[in-house]
Amino acid sequence: MATNAKVSDGSMSPEALRRLEALTQAARRRRRLQAWLPWLVIIGMFVVWEVAVKAFQVQQFVLPAPTDIAASMIKWWKPLLDNSWQTLMTTLIGFGLAIVFGLLLGIAIGSSTLLYHGLYPLLIGFNSVPKVAVVPILVIWFGIGTVPAVITAFLISFFPIVVNVATGIATVEPELRDVLRALGAKPTDIIRKVGLPRAMPYFFASLKIAITVAFVGSIIAETVAANKGIGHLMILASSRFDVPLVFAGLMVTAIMGVAMYVAAVAIENRTTGWAMRGQTDQQTALAGV
Amino acid sequence: MERPFVEISGVAMRYGGVEGTLALQNATLEVAKGEFIAVVGPSGCGKSTLMRLVTGLWPATAGNVVVAGQEVDGPLSIAGMAFQNPTLLPWRNIIDNVMLPLEVVEPHRRQLRSQRAMYEAKAQDLLKLVGLGGFDKKFPHQLSGGMQQRASLCRALIHEPALLMLDEPFAALDIFTREDLWSVLQDVWMARRPTVILVTHDLREAAFLADRVLVMSSRPGRIIAERKVDLPRPRNLDTTYQPEFVTLVHDLREHISAARKGEEVVNGH
Repeated sequence: MATNAKVSDGSMSPEALRRLEALTQAARRRRRLQAWLPWLVIIGMFVVWEVAVKAFQVQQFVLPAPTDIAASMIKWWKPLLDNSWQTLMTTLIGFGLAIVFGLLLGIAIGSSTLLYHGLYPLLIGFNSVPKVAVVPILVIWFGIGTVPAVITAFLISFFPIVVNVATGIATVEPELRDVLRALGAKPTDIIRKVGLPRAMPYFFASLKIAITVAFVGSIIAETVAANKGIGHLMILASSRFDVPLVFAGLMVTAIMGVAMYVAAVAIENRTTGWAMRGQTDQQTALAGV
Repeated sequence: MERPFVEISGVAMRYGGVEGTLALQNATLEVAKGEFIAVVGPSGCGKSTLMRLVTGLWPATAGNVVVAGQEVDGPLSIAGMAFQNPTLLPWRNIIDNVMLPLEVVEPHRRQLRSQRAMYEAKAQDLLKLVGLGGFDKKFPHQLSGGMQQRASLCRALIHEPALLMLDEPFAALDIFTREDLWSVLQDVWMARRPTVILVTHDLREAAFLADRVLVMSSRPGRIIAERKVDLPRPRNLDTTYQPEFVTLVHDLREHISAARKGEEVVNGH
């Protein structure tokens, strides 16, 4: 409707003009709401939480109120910062390794049916192993400290990346492949020019999953065997029944997870905008309804 | 006499092993250098198969294909191809899509970096020739189907292939766009004189564009008739209303009907 009005720009009736104005207004309102909504939801959740804890007089060691958690965060800001920095670093190193090896293995599996069928069962097997069970073995091999946490983060975030990259490359339309084959392109050319760009949306989708589970991995390892990190801090706090501090640790972890997720989305939007086409158009269209 | 540019002799193609479908049988044809031929036939008669054999995308089950004096045993880099769908890469803008062959085919591949400006100008000229001037920075999804198909034609031409293979390139377009593009293709062909093999099921398209039209039988495909088109060039849409043109199309039409009846008889028993 909006486009129709635009086409006949020269002879737009006042009524059509008003309608177009109203449509763009509605679209703008909608975008503004969309930007604010996540914050409203989070604040709303804290308010409900606070009110519920106060109303039912829940004990602090069962469920602390958000204000108690905030107080604990302020009181213990130094150890929280130190330990979350440690966790962030181990997670990012493990995640980085997962990206490198996940991409390489994903490309290999995606471009060769032989490798795909050969390696897939093994990969599924590895992924089915609970990572908590692996940590003690890692401790035997590498001792208590940063290394088991890095490896656990790597192991847990590696799989979604491999599967997604492999899927992206394996599902390249035969027509697109033929375009290059008909030019006498080598298999490596086809992977570079068609396979990889085609797999990028899948890759970024997997990053969003992988970064959040990478935090789960490193914190699991820290709770079992570490002398630093948010996981370690939470275990210490719970052994002293300092439940607000445990929740403060959880909160910091959640914040780091969301921040990394947002970073992944920002990179995704910049590099694979072609795959997201039409979403902005759709929003205006929806607003028009 | 000069050796034909494309020689196909006794070629057969069977899909899916010994018991599989025979798509093409004993196909034999020759195409001279710079000639424009069209292959028509009922759907499923193995036209596209023939196409893929000539460009070496698939190996033939029997017989041999010789292009430019060399037996075809793998994809040919002297060929440009356009398919029924535009098959543009969605993450590249139009000019990058058109320039894709230059990144693959030698000697352009080696020179692309040092002579980028020259190649880009060439791509722009081609885009202007097909009426896409000014759309070079757009992405495929921002263009209509006809415009995408024009870009795909440019991509098939950018590396100046000696052999142009067109697999029903206009089949998905409406009749007005299609007739537009016939003229565009004719202009390109007259300017550069590549050897063209056009596969189509549109008889008017075949008669309008080609020097010679070959009719294929239904599966397994064989070449059952051949017609020379002696209409003067450049042909325009008025040509399509002239009696010679109409007679030619009618004649082709009859061959196709016969070929399709044959199919029904085979299926009936």
